[in-house]
Amino acid sequence: MPALSALLFLDARGKPVLQRDYRGDVPLAKVAERFMAKLNELEETGGAAPILLDGNLSYVYVQYSNLYVLAVTKANVNAAATLVFLHKLIEIFKHYFHEASREESLRDNFVIAYELLDERMLLCCPCTTPTAHPQFTEAKILSEYIKTDAHRLAVQARPPMAVTNAVSWRQEGLYYKKNEVFLDVVESVNLLVNSNGTVVRSEVVGALKMRAYLSGMPECKCGVNDKVLFEAQGRTGRQKAVDLEDMKFHQCVRLASFERDRTISFIPPDGAFDLMTYRLSQNIKPLIWVECQVDKHSRSRTEYLVKARSQFKERSTATSVEILLPLPPDAISPTVRTSQGTAVYAPEKDALVWKIKNFPGGREFLLRCKFGLPSVAAEDEAQGRLPPIKVKFEIPYYSVSGIQIRYLKVIERSGYQALPWVRYLTQAGSYEIRMGGT
Amino acid sequence: MADGKYFSTTKKGEIHELKTELNAVDKSKKKDAVKKVIAAMTVGKDVSPLFPDVINQMQTDDMELKKLVYLYLINYAKTQPDLAIMAVNTFVKDSQDPNPLIRALAVRTMGCIRVDKITEYLCDPLHRCLKDEDPYVRKTAAVCVAKLYDINAELVEDRGFLDMLKAGWGTAAGWGLLLDLIGDANPMVVANAVAALSEIQELGGKPVLELTLGTVSKLLRALNECTEWGQVFILDSVVNYLPADGKDAEAVVERVLPRLQHANSAVVLSAIKVILKNLQYINDETVRAALSRKLAPPLVTLLGAEPELQYVALRNIGLIIQGQPSVLANDVKVFFCKYNDPSYVKMEKLDIMMKLINEQNIDQVLLEFKEYATEVDVDFVRKAVRAIGYCAISIQSAAERCINVLLELIGTKVNYVVQESIVVIKDIFRRYPNRYESIIGTLCDSLESLDEPEAKASMVWIIGEYAERIDNADELLEQFLESFPEETAAVQLALMTATVKLFLKKPVEKPQQLIQLVLTYATQETDNPDLRDRAYIYWRLLSTDPEAAKDVVLAEKPTISGAHDGTEPALLNELLGELGSLASVYHKPASSFVSKMRLAVHRADDLAAAAARGSHSGDSETLTSAVVAESPLAGLGASAALTPTPPVPDLLGDLLDLDVPAPAPAAAAAAAPPDAPNLPMVFGEDKGKGVVLCAALSQQAEGYVYQLSVSNVAVGAPLNGFMIQLNKNALGLAPASQHVALDAVPPGATATARVPMVHNPALAAPEQGQLLQVAIKCNPLGVLYFNDSIPAQLLAPPPPAAAQGAFFF
Repeated sequence: MPALSALLFLDARGKPVLQRDYRGDVPLAKVAERFMAKLNELEETGGAAPILLDGNLSYVYVQYSNLYVLAVTKANVNAAATLVFLHKLIEIFKHYFHEASREESLRDNFVIAYELLDERMLLCCPCTTPTAHPQFTEAKILSEYIKTDAHRLAVQARPPMAVTNAVSWRQEGLYYKKNEVFLDVVESVNLLVNSNGTVVRSEVVGALKMRAYLSGMPECKCGVNDKVLFEAQGRTGRQKAVDLEDMKFHQCVRLASFERDRTISFIPPDGAFDLMTYRLSQNIKPLIWVECQVDKHSRSRTEYLVKARSQFKERSTATSVEILLPLPPDAISPTVRTSQGTAVYAPEKDALVWKIKNFPGGREFLLRCKFGLPSVAAEDEAQGRLPPIKVKFEIPYYSVSGIQIRYLKVIERSGYQALPWVRYLTQAGSYEIRMGGT
Repeated sequence: MADGKYFSTTKKGEIHELKTELNAVDKSKKKDAVKKVIAAMTVGKDVSPLFPDVINQMQTDDMELKKLVYLYLINYAKTQPDLAIMAVNTFVKDSQDPNPLIRALAVRTMGCIRVDKITEYLCDPLHRCLKDEDPYVRKTAAVCVAKLYDINAELVEDRGFLDMLKAGWGTAAGWGLLLDLIGDANPMVVANAVAALSEIQELGGKPVLELTLGTVSKLLRALNECTEWGQVFILDSVVNYLPADGKDAEAVVERVLPRLQHANSAVVLSAIKVILKNLQYINDETVRAALSRKLAPPLVTLLGAEPELQYVALRNIGLIIQGQPSVLANDVKVFFCKYNDPSYVKMEKLDIMMKLINEQNIDQVLLEFKEYATEVDVDFVRKAVRAIGYCAISIQSAAERCINVLLELIGTKVNYVVQESIVVIKDIFRRYPNRYESIIGTLCDSLESLDEPEAKASMVWIIGEYAERIDNADELLEQFLESFPEETAAVQLALMTATVKLFLKKPVEKPQQLIQLVLTYATQETDNPDLRDRAYIYWRLLSTDPEAAKDVVLAEKPTISGAHDGTEPALLNELLGELGSLASVYHKPASSFVSKMRLAVHRADDLAAAAARGSHSGDSETLTSAVVAESPLAGLGASAALTPTPPVPDLLGDLLDLDVPAPAPAAAAAAAPPDAPNLPMVFGEDKGKGVVLCAALSQQAEGYVYQLSVSNVAVGAPLNGFMIQLNKNALGLAPASQHVALDAVPPGATATARVPMVHNPALAAPEQGQLLQVAIKCNPLGVLYFNDSIPAQLLAPPPPAAAQGAFFF
């Protein structure tokens, strides 16, 4: 795989904050300028993709807060790897500089930033050719290697084992007084409902988020009620199993053994990580259903009647429910009444924000909103439809897919007992309900 | 730590100040000074005058300081090569330091300094480090070999890295060592060795890493244990493996399959690439189907990644569903756009939805398109409208529903939606003639709002085509004709044709006036030759034989098909092998944007190497220098100046008598006797080599033959040892043998030869078009480059595709 020529951090105006030339085959001083010119040109015509070809230069970039993180190359590099790498780079900078990788924090820490760029890209030879092969992206391991406190480095005689070890994500010799492991099952519901009320798409994206505080090199095994596994073991019917469509694992999970007998075994990295993500696309009943009826009494007076209904079991309760109801941008003095929660007009979002702290299952709440519109329609007012209604919520102690952690075993040579804590949470992901005609 | 302060000193005499600080006694003060220097370097100030002072800091135990000095060296060594030599000793010493971190850092930095004198000293430490006990050093060194190759390939050879190549082995010692590393116990070392070897392969253009089942299974074994990036390197390498049979392919797929479960999208995409590649070799239909079913879920999951990655995934999916249409056939829903998707993601999703429509999902998709057509993003809305038109054209049973949706959209009176709708309705009329004319009335209502050329031209076309059914067609056209001189060429042409159609269909007074008006203007006042010529043709047709004019102008039109313009099969195949790469995102072959300069040099290198092996004297150095001097010339000037000029055919006669095919210039060459002396000159005396080359490619009974004639005009010695090589070309031709059957050509003589060509599809590069780059080597001249062209008739004519779009007849 050929390599990147340079890596640049540009501020919003395109001025380089940090730059690293790996091959010396592109004029770095001009690259930033050319890139910004190209970007502006394309933004005008509305086609600024994250990968741009300019002559024989390719730009691969990610925009993050007020920075452009830009990789420049002349070769046919692996674009997917480059983008994943840029995203991880941002993660690492965040880890190092706590406050997100902003311009100022980069400037304040440029020495470490440079070191990171070197080590990250390639523990060897970042400067010219083969370079820029990303190497490590586990922030924890890196921080073992690159200390923010520079003096300690001089003392260290060997590279941390993890840099070359097969278990590259965990350092040796960890010790915790209390060995604990927390596993959060977080499921996000993505929903798209059409203006006529039919569900166009519904999908659950779940993640097993683990925080491991374990000593030594623990072997972990995790079991879920996976339908494929149950069927293979012939235990159909007895227990509710879930058909997980596409499981993705953290690099610590032994994929080969999962492929063989679907056991999830791993040596966890230290601290927080996503052990597994999965997806289900079977149709589920929308957990919170919102209907918005629009009554136009006249050109200048409109009324919304909104019903929000929770369609999950009564013993669960949704918390921090937030329903974003779009209003026309020129709406005048909306007045709202709700049967539960508070609703505020947020002109900056052109929307009404309806917040309900507690929304128990099987209930229905109402909102009525009256607002005016200027009697003269703007000349070329965008005739497009209003954006969709967006809903946010969290339902603790509930997993919409029905996934269950059956066991979480931790085995370590020293034989300590680790305490596993499991929690479930269901939340709204991209939850959109399209509005009817205005 | 607020290192930001180092950026803020902008007093006068900064360099001097820094110099004093660098020479200070206090260690921490020195270090601060170095930091300041690096800060200045970062913002682009020239701090090279401080070179000796900074280098003095190199011998230190402080790791951070060392790194900073190395960083400085990398930046400025080139400007001060002589002073940089001072650093060599420290480097060599550091490369034997007990601390593996320092050993690796030293080798790595040396590899980064592109100064020949320093790289010379790199070889020994590199050899040593490749066998280092510490895996961290080994893997650093592995990548360094590739770097060294890039900086100075000859040096690598001189220093014995390439001994075995000369012995005819094909594997060089330098990467022989690397090949050893592939069997290394440490998976990280394996991954880096693979990365380095692929890099050398890319640079050298010749196979270095021979992928046998043995190597591949070694690599795949390392796959389970190396980091995610290592996995990407390995998978990207393994994709080049050609399985011997279905069983091997299945074995590879089986090993790679678990990677689909990896959290890193790049690993997943590379794994999909390897699986797709090997899938072709599996004979068992059911196994193939089962495997391709397994690809769908990971592809769908990629759409949940960051938007930038979604973009890459979508561009790749666009290719995959062309190669394996069944993979995502039932998943059109997952491509439905979210309101907040970035515009570039929405556009790609729309493209893919268009490719996935079928009778079953059309209703759902149509509803979705309609939804998009009412959003606010203008470009997206336009594309959505086009997509609806595409549905109508490709799925006959849904055409009516699509038209209803379009009519509804026209009813919104949103200007750009109306215009776009009219453009696609024109295509629908072309696809289903005489079926939906009832809606013309509705279209005519929105005539006023048209201001875009394409929409206008489309509307005019519709009026002309159905002139007999539109009662006031003449009035409508008259409205358009008022602004005739200001319209764009496309609209003018459409208007003219429509007026002619109107006249032919309703030869009454009003149309006659109109046609008079149009043709007069078009023949007398316009500067546009197309318009004028077409006007003349109409004029003559109408004045000589109106019936014939009817036959011509009102002739039955071929219907257009809905077939999506897909990627060409050859390109598609290439791109499927490069999923995840930039090429697969651009949907362009890598050769079109990666500079070809390198490739050209390799070709010549190959030639030189072959010569070295074949003949007694292999003076590779002079050859290479000749190559370097020549190739830019050949690339830039020669193509324009030296392409053979075909005899100019009688253009006038051509125009007057369309029935007689024009004598194709190259056809004459093909028909000529084999030893035709009148070959076009491709390398003239003006190149100052004292030799004239004439050559032409032709297709004869025995296959492709390159005829070559060599005239020794002013070389004092006989020319001999002729060899030939072609760069990648559109036909994928290569000489059957590099040796040209030519005896020595004494001064003043001319000799001719026929070089039989073989067709090798792997070398085909359709993007080269007619260009044929040739290199001839002979003694004592060395390598001569020239550009020839492939005669047009040898290139297969493009398939006659009736594309939708502008078609105004």
